[in-house]
Amino acid sequence: MEEVLLNIQDLYTEYNTDHGLVQAVNGISLKIRKGETLGLVGETGAGKTTTALSILRLIPDPPGRIRSGKIFLGDQELTACTEKEMQKIRGNRISMIFQDPMTALNPVLSVGDQIAEVVRLHEKCSRAQAQERGCQLLELVGIPANRYKEFPHQFSGGMKQRVVIAIALACTPELLIADEPTTALDVTIQAQVLELIASLQEKTKTAVLLITHDLGVVAEVCCQVAIMYAGEIVEYGSTEEIYHNPSHPYTIGLFRSIPSVDRKVHRLQPIAGLMPDPTALGDGCPFAPRCPKCTPRCQEKRPPIMQLEGEHQVKCWLFAEGEEES
Amino acid sequence: MSEYLMEVKDLKKYFKTRSGMLHAVDGVTFSLRPGETLGVVGESGCGKSTLGRTLVKLLEPTEGQILFEGEDITYARGVQLKRLRTRIQMIFQDPFSSLNPRKTVRESILEPLKLNSALSARQREEQVLELMNTVGLAQRLAHSYPHELDGGRRQRIGIARALALNPAFIVCDEPVSALDVSIQAQILNLMQDVQEDQHLAYLFITHDLSVVRHMANQILVMYLGQMVELTSADVLFERQMHPYTQALLSAIPVPSLEKRRQRIILRGEITSPINPPAGCRFAPRCPYVTERCTAQTPELYEAAPGHFVACHRGGEVG
Repeated sequence: MEEVLLNIQDLYTEYNTDHGLVQAVNGISLKIRKGETLGLVGETGAGKTTTALSILRLIPDPPGRIRSGKIFLGDQELTACTEKEMQKIRGNRISMIFQDPMTALNPVLSVGDQIAEVVRLHEKCSRAQAQERGCQLLELVGIPANRYKEFPHQFSGGMKQRVVIAIALACTPELLIADEPTTALDVTIQAQVLELIASLQEKTKTAVLLITHDLGVVAEVCCQVAIMYAGEIVEYGSTEEIYHNPSHPYTIGLFRSIPSVDRKVHRLQPIAGLMPDPTALGDGCPFAPRCPKCTPRCQEKRPPIMQLEGEHQVKCWLFAEGEEES
Repeated sequence: MSEYLMEVKDLKKYFKTRSGMLHAVDGVTFSLRPGETLGVVGESGCGKSTLGRTLVKLLEPTEGQILFEGEDITYARGVQLKRLRTRIQMIFQDPFSSLNPRKTVRESILEPLKLNSALSARQREEQVLELMNTVGLAQRLAHSYPHELDGGRRQRIGIARALALNPAFIVCDEPVSALDVSIQAQILNLMQDVQEDQHLAYLFITHDLSVVRHMANQILVMYLGQMVELTSADVLFERQMHPYTQALLSAIPVPSLEKRRQRIILRGEITSPINPPAGCRFAPRCPYVTERCTAQTPELYEAAPGHFVACHRGGEVG
């Protein structure tokens, strides 16, 4: 087994807003090994992006802050780094692909210069060398190098996302965080971009944290999956474990909500109700109000993480048989 | 009167731009029975939204003919158009920008009733409550503003507004793409329920192929303004005759580990719809391209009963 690259331990991140304290991330722990792809799945407001920003220490402060927990990249504790140390890590050892390629690029800089900028920042090299590297990276993501001097508005959405990928990969990071990298793209372009990320990952042995709400995308590219709901990881395991044996009622509900392309069902079985208010998460399981198998215990006390077979973990009272009720 | 609710023949919509004619919709033909759903799929820029807007008469067609309930409405105006508005409605993609932020739920739903019905003020209020009930909005929300509600509830308001005047035909332009999966399923179920109840016909525009598979009886695939394939939903997912449809379906990420399909990765991207050259518009990306494809525009023909395709090599590929 490869060694652990990213290790998040009991992370809590919160935002202090006018409407109260928003507990965006509530005690999550996860590990990513070198060269591995972890899919972080959840709906809007589940805390996926906050997790990513916490890793990069980019939580806007105020209103947000990491309340407790530790994040390690290899041996280095990111949560203890100074801002100056973080600047050396961002874009170099960890880089990020943002959801919307339309707004992630600077409209007044040529795409080539935006790639070269990252190289200049993190590597000791001349302007000419950086430009050379920029051209190589453009070719790597399938854009002819002669478009180096063109501006983002001259590119289509799929090509802009490739430029963003080129920027993210410029310094061959150890960890790549991709926040919904294909959500803004059409399916045929999405297929191209996913293929590109996978092939580049193979070449550079980069670990990927893929944030998405699309279980189809996860099935295609991830080896590990973490399902997030209301700031908690409710289920975690290998892709096989999650897809063959989904255990948490929320995960099961998610699978049932997706219309299938292979089979026509008359009615979908949606999850009833809405996401809980993140400023008022009670003491119980956050999914309890929407859960079809909810018991009184679920409403009173937050479930512990239960270990199933292998690495499969689930945070649900249903699997706590034999545990004493307290 | 014919058995069809809506018949569209060779519909075209061009826009004049500074750099030339933009062929947004270029020759779309279909017919739709009452109570049925026609799904329109394609990538961004293929003209599916323009098609929808032309059918609800928000845009004037450039050429072609639209028959609705046997009546030619291609160039409907004035009184005829106002009457049509009660029969043909639209549900928009983005429930965040399609509602007036300064109107409460009640006011938003009341608006179409005020403009277009002969009901008394009191009857209208009752109607609003009934509509809220139909789409599953709690009555206590009547005086809430859109910003207080989540995307799913806002889309319910959009549906209530569209249903207000008992239409026969609703154009749904990506009604669930802005919503999370668990909410998306709730809205899709609601749309199916009202369709069955009120015998509505939908034109369901989406880029999400699993959603269209779930909702539609027939599916029309568009590429750069042209229709490339039209057939029943079941047949389309079994056997695709156009290379673009094949690539499109193969690109859907499937949430299952067993059914991983061989993906056809298309080279290149959609070309510009401004002054498109003759020949098949998919030719530059097509893996089966021949000389004929770039020289001659393929006509739509019935390759199998009820299965229409516009490809010189239709049926032999795949």
